[in-house]
Amino acid sequence: MLRQNWWKILCVILLLYTLVAGFLGGVPAKPILNETIRNLYFHVAMWFAMMILFIVSVIYSIKYLRTSNHIFDIYALEYAKAGIVFGSLGVLTGSIWARYTWGAFWSNDPKQLGAVIALLIYLAYLVLRNSMTDMDKRARIGAVYNVFAFAMLFPTIWIIPRMVESLHPGGMGNPALDTHDIDARMRIVFWPGAVPGWTLLAVWITTLRIRLQLLTEQRLHH
Amino acid sequence: MHKKLYPSLLLLILWCSGVTVFAQDSVAVKKVEMADHLRASGKIYVVIAVLVTILLGLILYVIRLDRKIGRFEKETK
Repeated sequence: MLRQNWWKILCVILLLYTLVAGFLGGVPAKPILNETIRNLYFHVAMWFAMMILFIVSVIYSIKYLRTSNHIFDIYALEYAKAGIVFGSLGVLTGSIWARYTWGAFWSNDPKQLGAVIALLIYLAYLVLRNSMTDMDKRARIGAVYNVFAFAMLFPTIWIIPRMVESLHPGGMGNPALDTHDIDARMRIVFWPGAVPGWTLLAVWITTLRIRLQLLTEQRLHH
Repeated sequence: MHKKLYPSLLLLILWCSGVTVFAQDSVAVKKVEMADHLRASGKIYVVIAVLVTILLGLILYVIRLDRKIGRFEKETK
């Protein structure tokens, strides 16, 4: 999987489809949103990519705790790092979108705050790891912390945003998508195109970093 | 046979319902500003061309990085 090509080609095709169909395809005419509704294909896809990367990361952390295989620790770390990058892009793009639809870059909305708290918890994962020099200790404590960080995703981006009033669409229900806002023409770009396309790109970049990390370690051993 | 037909039928119904919902929307909410003129005058294609170029450029960069790492992996083995 790591060094195969078919899914990379698929990734490029899906992203091209997302760009072309995302701009040429029809969208519902909504007041305030106007054409910015097309941000769904880009902004919201960042969050899906982030969630998937964090899920993969926590799986590798648990694998590390079960086997003490150092490779799994590298996988968990790199997936978490890429997840932070994509989450940050999600916050930034959301902020730009908010400026022109909610009126301000930042309005302390529960969804904005929840997302930033979740990202800060993951940033602490990197800080915590780098505070230790002993390799095994760093990997073990890092893995345990990563499980905690993942658990904190539940309240910060999945539960609290569903419980409180918010400017973000889909309040008091689904935290991100109001299914009434988008129609079949948008779904056919978003689900088969944008979500897997951006996620595959994120995974691709992550595997490159993993391979680089493995190479560096091999050089050190020789 | 029937089992194979169901998903495609369902998809068709979903798609049609989406279209009708949209049709009702445009009657109820009069004149929401959309970039119809931008697309009509063809300028949206310029934006798509620019974005596709950027995307392909970045992808090319990632592919080259991928190959380079692949070469290193062969050397190290």
